Amino acid sequence: MHIEANDLDRLARLARLALTADERSALVSSLDDALSMVSALREVDVNGITPMAHPHDATLRLRADEVTETDRQSALERIAPQMQGGLYLVPKVIE
Amino acid sequence: MSGLRFADIDGWRAALATDRAAALAEAVRMATASQTELNALITPAPITPIADHVGSGIGDLAGIPYAHKDLFCSEGVRATAGSRMLAEFISPYDATVSARLNAAGAVCIGKANMDEFAMGSSNENSAFGPVRNPWNVERVPGGSSGGSAALVAAGVVPFATGSDTGGSVRQPAAFCGVTGFKPTYGRVSRYGMIAFASSLDQAGVIARHARDCAQVLNVLAGFDPKDATSVERPTEDFVAACARGVRGMRIGVAKELYSAGVRSEVAECTRRALTELEQAGAVLVDIQLPRLPLSVPAYYVIAPAEASSNLARYDGVRYGHRAEHARDLNDLYSRSRSEGFGDEVKRRILVGTFVLSAGYYDAYYLRAQRIRRLIAEDFARAFAKVDVIAGPTTPDVAFTLGEKSNDPLAMYAADINTVAVNLAGLPAMSLPCGFVDDLPVGLQLIGPAWGETQLFAAGHGYQQISDWHQKTPRVLS
Repeated sequence: MHIEANDLDRLARLARLALTADERSALVSSLDDALSMVSALREVDVNGITPMAHPHDATLRLRADEVTETDRQSALERIAPQMQGGLYLVPKVIE
Repeated sequence: MSGLRFADIDGWRAALATDRAAALAEAVRMATASQTELNALITPAPITPIADHVGSGIGDLAGIPYAHKDLFCSEGVRATAGSRMLAEFISPYDATVSARLNAAGAVCIGKANMDEFAMGSSNENSAFGPVRNPWNVERVPGGSSGGSAALVAAGVVPFATGSDTGGSVRQPAAFCGVTGFKPTYGRVSRYGMIAFASSLDQAGVIARHARDCAQVLNVLAGFDPKDATSVERPTEDFVAACARGVRGMRIGVAKELYSAGVRSEVAECTRRALTELEQAGAVLVDIQLPRLPLSVPAYYVIAPAEASSNLARYDGVRYGHRAEHARDLNDLYSRSRSEGFGDEVKRRILVGTFVLSAGYYDAYYLRAQRIRRLIAEDFARAFAKVDVIAGPTTPDVAFTLGEKSNDPLAMYAADINTVAVNLAGLPAMSLPCGFVDDLPVGLQLIGPAWGETQLFAAGHGYQQISDWHQKTPRVLS
């Protein structure tokens, strides 16, 4: 797998990153290098091996069905870039 | 009050008992003064007023000053994670690590500099400028917990917090000639620790002495219902474990940890340490970790995948940097993220996006997770025969600032001896074991899952028969 400029544009769109022209040319080559480094993984026989998602193969535990969260609205509003009337403000979505 | 530079936790306790106000004032003075040469703090100020700590403190670490890696949240205090994205972020809550240190009476003298979102091995990826190595200010301190390691090495604080996703506690500890401890995954709560790769991240401690790491881990360790991956286990006394000694301990030596990339002088220092441990009664056993060479490629699939998902939360809407004059919502997202994130973070987000994307998920991400299991199985087989595994923490000593900053792959390759430990979720530590080119060398000890007590027995045991951890760089102002 080789990364080309159009692959990078697709990834940047998926990752919501706006890249400058300089960043794009540097990233095409460094992403390509990174992917060729990890291609060593393709040589390994992994038939029958279960993917390991968690170091202890733990499953999420259940907790008692009790309310533990408190209302932090005002604290969370204070760290938001733009709020109005308890709502997050974003650019207009619907024309 | 003088004489506190390089003091250990017990030394600080004695000074605090004599004149608490003067000792704390000296801690703040040393931290502030170190900034010019080291740039080891992003916020060089106590997180709570020092006056609040001057009354007689209670708790296991009462009055003990420490530096807190800037990815731990503390309520009402800025936490940047070394990123422009969070340059103005004031946390609305305490991380469990912060809360436990507060409850133990420890005094945070500042927030330590780090690679952005803990992605890096040199501290050059900080949006707040690189930290410098106290042994040679032209060298990097390692990363990502570089500020923490530099402050401990410079004798400013007796301990500092760190986080370790692929070596970020152990590698800077090795480069700065101090002791770094990474617990078993799930031992210390990740709640309120700004996430990089959630199946690998674990909070850790840096101190000059293994026994001081044990004192701090006694405070930090324990189940936390706020972290779904925190593991419920009985508490253990890590300080008591230090006294067990190394007699009869079986230490595994794997040739894979001495691969071609390891500089011969560095290998020699660690072999000398192993011989000393053997003379003290430990038994050296040859073991194999055949899949270790796969750990770097597996790590550089899994860690970026998890990072790309974790960092999706930075959208310019709820907190963090927000671009101005966005045309529409997508423009707001992309420009806020592009302005907020640095180069290495963008690179890893893009790699992670690729390995998780349709058509590549099985070939890269799932395959890396399968290889992760093979690597963990190598360790499990080895730990059937030995108590701990030893080798060099890093292939070489601290490199020069700028030397590798344009070569991310060279930087990644140097993580060969540390990343496998995170993939397997094991505890490990780095101990100073000599010098090459007048720069410190680290000996890494790896334990089985939940084997912290035998690591402390080995680490403290080694520090009873060596004095590398007592060496100090030239004293700063």
